[in-house]
Amino acid sequence: MSITASRPQDLMGLSADEYDTILEILGRAPNVTELGIFSVMWSEHCSYKSSKKWLKTLPTEGPQVIQGPGENAGVVDIGDGQAVIFKIESHNHPSFIEPYQGAATGVGGILRDVFTMGARPVANLNALRFGSPDHPKTRHLVGGVVAGIGGYGNCIGVPTVGGEVNFDPSYNGNILVNAMTVGIASTDKIFYSAAAGVDLPVVYVGSKTGRDGIHGATMASAEFADDSDEKRPTVQVGDPFTEKLLLEACLELMATDAIVAIQDMGAAGLTSSSVEMASKGDVGIELDLDRVPRRESGMTAYEIMLSESQERMLMVLQPGREDEARRIFAKWELDFAVIGTTNASGRLTLIEGGNEEANIPVAPLVAAAPEYDRPWTPAPPCAVVNADEVPAADDLGDALISLVGSPELCSRRWIWEQYDHMVMGDTVVRPGGDAALVRVHGTGKGLAMATDCTPRYVEANPIEGGRQAVAEAWRNVTAVGATPLAVTNNLNFGNPERPEIMGQLVGAVQGIGEACTALDCPVVSGNVSLYNETNGKAILPTPVIGCVGVMSDVAKAVTLDFKAAGDTIFVIGETLGWLGCSLYQRQITGDTTGAPPPVDLASERKNGDLVRHLIADGVLTACHDVSDGGLAVALAEMAMASEIGTDIGATINVSTDIPTHSWLFGEDQGRYVVTTAAPEAVVDAAATAGVAAHAIGVTTVSTLTLPGARPISVAEIRATHEHWLPDYMAAG
Amino acid sequence: MPAAVIVFPGSNCDRDVAVALEAATGRPPAMVWHQESSLPQCDLIVVPGGFSYGDYLRSGAMAAHSPILRTVIDRAHAGTPVLGICNGFQILAEARLLPGVLMRNASLKFVCRDVDLRVERTDTIFTSGYATGQVLRVPIAHHDGNYFTDAETLQRLEDGGQIAFRYCDSDGNVTADANPNGSIANIAGILNAQGNVLGMMPHPERLAEALLGGTDGAAMFGALAEAIAA
Repeated sequence: MSITASRPQDLMGLSADEYDTILEILGRAPNVTELGIFSVMWSEHCSYKSSKKWLKTLPTEGPQVIQGPGENAGVVDIGDGQAVIFKIESHNHPSFIEPYQGAATGVGGILRDVFTMGARPVANLNALRFGSPDHPKTRHLVGGVVAGIGGYGNCIGVPTVGGEVNFDPSYNGNILVNAMTVGIASTDKIFYSAAAGVDLPVVYVGSKTGRDGIHGATMASAEFADDSDEKRPTVQVGDPFTEKLLLEACLELMATDAIVAIQDMGAAGLTSSSVEMASKGDVGIELDLDRVPRRESGMTAYEIMLSESQERMLMVLQPGREDEARRIFAKWELDFAVIGTTNASGRLTLIEGGNEEANIPVAPLVAAAPEYDRPWTPAPPCAVVNADEVPAADDLGDALISLVGSPELCSRRWIWEQYDHMVMGDTVVRPGGDAALVRVHGTGKGLAMATDCTPRYVEANPIEGGRQAVAEAWRNVTAVGATPLAVTNNLNFGNPERPEIMGQLVGAVQGIGEACTALDCPVVSGNVSLYNETNGKAILPTPVIGCVGVMSDVAKAVTLDFKAAGDTIFVIGETLGWLGCSLYQRQITGDTTGAPPPVDLASERKNGDLVRHLIADGVLTACHDVSDGGLAVALAEMAMASEIGTDIGATINVSTDIPTHSWLFGEDQGRYVVTTAAPEAVVDAAATAGVAAHAIGVTTVSTLTLPGARPISVAEIRATHEHWLPDYMAAG
Repeated sequence: MPAAVIVFPGSNCDRDVAVALEAATGRPPAMVWHQESSLPQCDLIVVPGGFSYGDYLRSGAMAAHSPILRTVIDRAHAGTPVLGICNGFQILAEARLLPGVLMRNASLKFVCRDVDLRVERTDTIFTSGYATGQVLRVPIAHHDGNYFTDAETLQRLEDGGQIAFRYCDSDGNVTADANPNGSIANIAGILNAQGNVLGMMPHPERLAEALLGGTDGAAMFGALAEAIAA
């Protein structure tokens, strides 16, 4: 095309081809504001251009699903005219550059996604990945991220009830901070972003617009080099108090019928919110930028449109309802400004000082957003490692103690005690267990929720790893007694322009899809974070799954702690001793190799359904899923969780034809450890269901006795388990 | 007479304490917005936890100068019972209804967990449901709970029996290890000299129901309900 010669030097992250498409859409060269708008809308972060093709393959429907992906968050029916609304989202790049504010605004952003839809947020979770503990930045990043998550959630008054943390050198230059919010709404009061109708007022509410976060979405769509510190100005600054005001004001206005559409200003701020609303409503929007409340003078149209200042919302109101809305926002002392109107032009028009600063057709801006079928190569298969290829430790008890005191498996108490996990007065199962359980306020039912991913499995086999992430989240929700309903996913990968990275994404999505289908747990929302690399080195592939389930009677929930001596301990599910890719293997050999444990989705489902029925029937006294570290670690965790002062351990007696160390530490999937005072009931129900249930021992007072291991006092193992993280953080 | 709960824009335990009050008294408390300058008829005022106005300045410093606080101060001086929990304690201290200050936790970190509290006084309308020396399990959730006052004031508090609760171990021993925030003399809650104003960092409303893990907080609301019904 002839205008190519005049291509500007700085394409703001767009490719030359993408720039040429803009020329075709506009029939002229874009000005700097318009180019900025195309750049953010077509950034990987906003357009999902590398992943869209594969995301479309995920199962997203089910009788329980009210709204699947495509809105601010997913909406799922929980009966009684209520819906749970939830989503997970990454704030990886900003959190590496400025951990406190990066993590805090990650929480703020996902909270807005959920209350934009009419829900009161009732719980936050997170999934965190940090670099090697030895890396000089890790301690600073852990401290900053945890303080930032707490600082935001504690102030706004939404409990942070669960999450997960891993350490791995691959995250040294690129940590992952994924935040999830769960909210509750009435099914007849759910708000969407389509600005249907013309001549309607477009209203800006919340904080004023400043120069922070400009081009944050573009920054999040490129890999890091050594200059990442220079990107600090692209990180936003959070104000949880203002968000609290915004939350209450929005919910108050939502109780009326004044709102036609509402959209939070997250990534790409005013640009993406206005384009999204216009595009979904099939209308045009004209904005008068002079009316946008701002924090500083002299801001250009470009800066106003690309600012990612936090705690802002864009709404389209019913005509004539402006004053009513204005009164509510005045009560909460928030800015309120009518900044534009909808029209039939189908174009986004920006006026500043009487001059037209941008004029872009909305449909092509959205529809012509690039979608790539990037080349990909499947991950090479890994050999299966036999149990006898991994040596047995001299004393398996020592191996267990090292494992539960390791960075991967040590207690996360240092983290979750910095989060207010009880505010709102409905946290029934607190952090530290398999899933958190939050009562639906004013009822007897509850929502169970967990986040999970085992990145080393995904790296070894993306398909199995994708399946496993879903299965483990589903299992965790099941383990407290809830019925899993749906999942949200956060796909964190490296540079998709490299075929082997794209292959990881394709495989993981396939595995996630298969597991979600088999477990009847569709994907209702999600987020993709690519380019998680520094100087060409990618993170471990990390497709995080957040699962939410419902429980009709929270009083029946079961926790993981051993309750009393004399209960019979069962393993539900088959134990084959899979040591490939296990934490035990890493502990003994210094590395993980081989194929990860396969996930048999049919037995996963059957085993989980049995456990859920046993909990509903009141048969179980404790239940814990078996994951990292296998049976030995699961049993130790149940013992360590028992009440201090009245420690309960276990005596395990089992004869097995597989090596003892593989029986103890193998990471076979689809398993639970349960305790009961009525063993016959477990045996009978398992036989009826056709599920393997093996009695392996009994709970005892104060000591954990495992085959091949010296007896270990529960107090000793707990001390080891509790020490690593506080000691590590204090050593800085 | 009902209770009144003061609601600041950043309060976030207002609903939680209202639930506990309603469970104990059988009727919902009046929720009073911070911009009001008068209170409804009430025999108990509760200043709940949260982040009143964001607390970017010292916690509670701005709230102590809000319109409703002038009325709360007047009513406290006139003898109406006032209970400040967490941010409410910080606000009452900033408003000089209670002596001392609440500094940043010694750990410099926010801390949320169950702690053990020793009941030091049982002859108040807040604590008459407990036994002297009884150990309660109640959660804390704060960043600024490190109570401090000068030696002279501390002596006055000790002599006057104004210390309501201290952090202790599960056997009731007041030890440094049992102190979650560095507060002087392990103080978790104090009364004014008249005994009608109580400020405490722990949240009794959070463990007032067995399903949530404990009921030790319920007796405080039960005692208050009896006192204001009488």
